[in-house]
Amino acid sequence: MINLPLFPILLPFLFAIILLFFKENIRVQRALTAIGLVVSLVAALFLVAKVKTDGIQALTLGSWPAPFGISMVSDMFSAVLVTTTIILTLCVVIYSFTAIGKERERYFYYPAILFMITGVNGAFTTGDIFNMFVFFEVLLIASYVLIVLGGEKKQLRESIKYVLVNVISSALFVITVAFLYSVIGTLNMADISVKIAEIGQPGIITVIAILMLVVFGVKGSIFPLYFWLPGSYAAPPIPVLALFGALLTKVGVYAIMRTYTLFFVHDIGFTHEILSVLAILTIIAGCIGALAYFDLKQIIIYNIVIAVGVILFGAAQMNEAGLTGAIFYLIHDMLIKGALFLLIGIIIYVTGTSNLRKMGGLMKTHAPLGWFYIIAAFGLAGIPPLSGFIGKMLIVQGAFEAGHVWGSIILLLSSLVVLLSVIRIFVYAFWGEPVELPKTTHRPYRNMMIPAVALVVLSVLYGVGTEWLMPYMTDASNVLLQPSIYIDAVLKE
Amino acid sequence: MELIMIIVIGILFMAATYLILSRSILKIILGTGLLSHGAHLLILTMGGLGGISPPVIADGVTNYADPLPQALILTAIVISFGVTAFILVLAYRTYAEHQTDNMNLMRGNDEHD
Repeated sequence: MINLPLFPILLPFLFAIILLFFKENIRVQRALTAIGLVVSLVAALFLVAKVKTDGIQALTLGSWPAPFGISMVSDMFSAVLVTTTIILTLCVVIYSFTAIGKERERYFYYPAILFMITGVNGAFTTGDIFNMFVFFEVLLIASYVLIVLGGEKKQLRESIKYVLVNVISSALFVITVAFLYSVIGTLNMADISVKIAEIGQPGIITVIAILMLVVFGVKGSIFPLYFWLPGSYAAPPIPVLALFGALLTKVGVYAIMRTYTLFFVHDIGFTHEILSVLAILTIIAGCIGALAYFDLKQIIIYNIVIAVGVILFGAAQMNEAGLTGAIFYLIHDMLIKGALFLLIGIIIYVTGTSNLRKMGGLMKTHAPLGWFYIIAAFGLAGIPPLSGFIGKMLIVQGAFEAGHVWGSIILLLSSLVVLLSVIRIFVYAFWGEPVELPKTTHRPYRNMMIPAVALVVLSVLYGVGTEWLMPYMTDASNVLLQPSIYIDAVLKE
Repeated sequence: MELIMIIVIGILFMAATYLILSRSILKIILGTGLLSHGAHLLILTMGGLGGISPPVIADGVTNYADPLPQALILTAIVISFGVTAFILVLAYRTYAEHQTDNMNLMRGNDEHD
């Protein structure tokens, strides 16, 4: 037993605590945050290598045997998510050095980010359903700080809604866990899976499955429950928006994928059918939103909703192609959403507005920005060599195998809508007659380009290097397909 | 005993729903407080009410209560306590900034076209 799975959780936590002592010294804060994230990244990469060679890493806290003690479990699925999370956060933090402004930096911006990463990585790693609730709260409380930091009028107005929605969904989470505990009598996720298999998922478990879908659906923003997302996410500044858009909804998606492949697999005809219908409705709702707005932020925010639908539609198929595709698309989406948000952040910084109608002709003055934006846009829509393609192809393949022909057709059509929505940004912002730009210095623009370009390049490499990444992705989907691998690793320690 | 608890929890959830659907921020916050109280009592009830049996396993003890729900409640109470404190401060700041505690007057997206 080694403690490797804990390092990506504890290292950001440790650095966040150290940062609390350097409130006034911004230089030290920046350096320590970057160092902390790099060290965590190294630990996460070691973790991926370890999981690849030795299989699932399970760790029981206090060495209590598995169903009694709290277990932390790193399988390939959670390990790659943890790694992507840290990479993304590193890029956003470097971007924040120039974009976030001194005032916010002085009021615990970096510690809040690190605490949030602690929660995100913990939620990805934990093997105990109640601990998942606790880690959700850790990341949510840090995100409350981030969304309200700065205290602008609009931020306060939107954050109170964000906080209330999440508090209510957290209470619902506790209620759901209580129901599950009363029926099953255990909290360890592997043990729950065993016990549900023993009693063969009676109706009450299916009810709990739907309750879980509601709880995680609010956090992951699926179809009827995404109402809070566009308003709340538009309020905070761009780096925070990038973190939220790329990470927070994905935690909800991860939780749905985990519970729906580990617990509720005995009545697929009902639960997973509902999941795929909701996923398709999510895609449609997201498409409508993405086309409806003339605001840079809103267009990309609605693209988050579309991506959640695509991933969950893949996950609902419960076959190898669908799940592998869903995992592939999940990682792709985290990288590309991060990149897109950082790029539109630069566009907003350069033009001074987020309204598409007030922009134009940026291609003449900021050509590199335009080229990288168009690469990221094509990547998002899934033009073949880029990273969105392979995931979507596998999801569609899985859907055809499972007989969801109409769903796949809607998914494919949604790619066109996604392409249209992001190309519209390109056309309005970069083509046409140049408008008069507010005076901005070139230095921040260059500094902000570095992490954005890094993310775009990473996502391109992710698409081109599919061949090398495939073994990792199939490892991850194998665990989801065969819960016995996960159960054996946790319970037979 | 379980029946009484279930009825109490139902009343708590009912009151919480009513308060959360109101317009004033303070009432909504009180509603979330009641909601989390209901959830905590629900965990306790769902774990089985122990009566007089001790929550430990020792030699010779065959009838014992499940200690886990109490540990879970403790965690959940601390979290909801912290979050409630946070929302109260947030609501105060929002009130100071917007001069209203009416959620209807805080509808968003006035900047979008």
